[in-house]
Amino acid sequence: MRNAFRDAVYAWAKRDDRVVLLSADIGNRMFDAFKADFPDRFYNVGVAEQNMIGLAAGLAMAGLRPVCYTIANFTTYRVIEQIRIDLCYHHQPVIVAGVGGGLSYATLGSTHHSCEDLGMLRALPGMDVLTPGDPPEVTACVALAQQKSDGPTYIRLGKKGEPPIHQDVPTLSPATWITMSGSDPSADVELFSCGTVLPVAIEAAKQLREQGTAVTLRSCVSVKPLDASAMRQAFQSARLVVTLEEHSTLTGFGSAVAEWKTDRERSEPLAAHLLRLGTPDAFLHRTGSQAYARQITGLTPDAITQRVTETLAATPATPRR
Amino acid sequence: MNLTQTAAELRATVIGMSHAKKCPHLGSALSCLDILTALYGSVLRIDPQQPDDPNRDRFILSKGHAAPALYATLHRFGFFPDEVLGRFNEDGAELAEQPSPGCVPGMEAATGSLGHGLPIGLGLALAAKIQARGYRVFVCLSDGECNEGSVWEAAMAAPALHGAWGRGLDNLCAIVDYNKLQATGRSNDILNLPDLAAKWRAFGWNTVEVDGHDLDQLVKELSATRPGRLSDQAKPRAIIAHTVKGKGVPFMEDDNNWHYRIPKAEEVEQAKRLLGVAK
Repeated sequence: MRNAFRDAVYAWAKRDDRVVLLSADIGNRMFDAFKADFPDRFYNVGVAEQNMIGLAAGLAMAGLRPVCYTIANFTTYRVIEQIRIDLCYHHQPVIVAGVGGGLSYATLGSTHHSCEDLGMLRALPGMDVLTPGDPPEVTACVALAQQKSDGPTYIRLGKKGEPPIHQDVPTLSPATWITMSGSDPSADVELFSCGTVLPVAIEAAKQLREQGTAVTLRSCVSVKPLDASAMRQAFQSARLVVTLEEHSTLTGFGSAVAEWKTDRERSEPLAAHLLRLGTPDAFLHRTGSQAYARQITGLTPDAITQRVTETLAATPATPRR
Repeated sequence: MNLTQTAAELRATVIGMSHAKKCPHLGSALSCLDILTALYGSVLRIDPQQPDDPNRDRFILSKGHAAPALYATLHRFGFFPDEVLGRFNEDGAELAEQPSPGCVPGMEAATGSLGHGLPIGLGLALAAKIQARGYRVFVCLSDGECNEGSVWEAAMAAPALHGAWGRGLDNLCAIVDYNKLQATGRSNDILNLPDLAAKWRAFGWNTVEVDGHDLDQLVKELSATRPGRLSDQAKPRAIIAHTVKGKGVPFMEDDNNWHYRIPKAEEVEQAKRLLGVAK
């Protein structure tokens, strides 16, 4: 995903001389081509993220299109007030990109995990939050963020080396998710996968189907705004909607879906039940790979399949429209 | 224009606003009023009729709690009409105690949370370099604001940033309103602020110290921000303006009660007499 992001920003900068890339002392060699070809539009601002966001706001106020890049925890938690005031309050079209989203950098310990970033950023007025699940979705999210001119966008990236799932770059519209497989209106389960866990979700969907459970899988690339049409369809037709994310079940994508449903279920026939799967309200104190971190937080295909199966068994059938 | 007289009248206006609209931070507003008068009265190249001209000089009052001083100054120099200033701090008004983005023409940034103005100003100054525009950026900070780490992040970046256009932002000027008081005490004691000029110098800024109430000195040193000299080490400019909190009204000067206190009607009248402003 990291390299897809680099390439997408490079391609945009080649077309648009307003694009300015800011890195907080990260991406050694990663941006060599950008630096060589656009020497007055790349700035290493040092390990000084607060200044990076304020600087980006000033660039945007003068009509430029800054992209801020560093590790997700630094480009969110560290600078939340700069994002809130300098970018959101001033409606500045700045792309804030965080690499290593969720548990991607699990081995670096909880200082480098970002399992609360979606909640913090989606709470900010004017902020869009995008969560690509594979490299082509990264390209699509950068293209979508370019189109926004009245406020910032957070793009939460994974790390490098994730295999592409899409063969081609999907075309994204604002507030639209991607149906990955099984768009069956009679599916029992709607699996909403948010961001980096997409490969896990694909495997879980496969296992569920092997057990005879019909599953529709969506890659929910936009946490804010949400895809109301997809949610409406899912909650009206499925028995169970499952949200899946490498993020705390407090405040994240699943919480956003729950808020949406709660606000409408008295006036709309949103009958399906909701199961929210994510990371616990806790720091991880034992080290390990991303696979290990997913294992102990229940974000593996086996664990997801088991939770979904148990929940389905305990979920009374709901009248379908 | 007689800048001394203008500054006195602006002080009277700000004191009246504080009383009428129960707005605190009067001492802070009076402290920076000569800086604002020098900037808008003589230094800044801004046409109030074209406040969005991309080539205009930019000014950011990073110490946003002193916003009434900026409101009164912008109003005085023709950026917005009387009735807008008259509605200051009322329900539904454009002008809050601390400014919102674009609340009136000429307001470059919403400030109020300290430590934001200099990074934003840095971005505006860098944009001028990238876009080959000749404008300058002035940012006024408070001494207490220099407690914020983000100030020093920006201070380290301004002389170092470099691109095809060169190195160092010589089109950026930081003015520190050094009145030696912050909200709850002496700013030289609360944190280790001294030697403030030496600090800015050590961070790579072309630094001068001035009497922040001497309008001639202020105009001279602010005007010395002249970008465009070909150099590999073009420095940003820091002006350490030694000021007095509550300046212009003897019973308010250097008295930190006026950080939050609201003047009574008779104190407003007394202040106007002391300022030599009849109306």
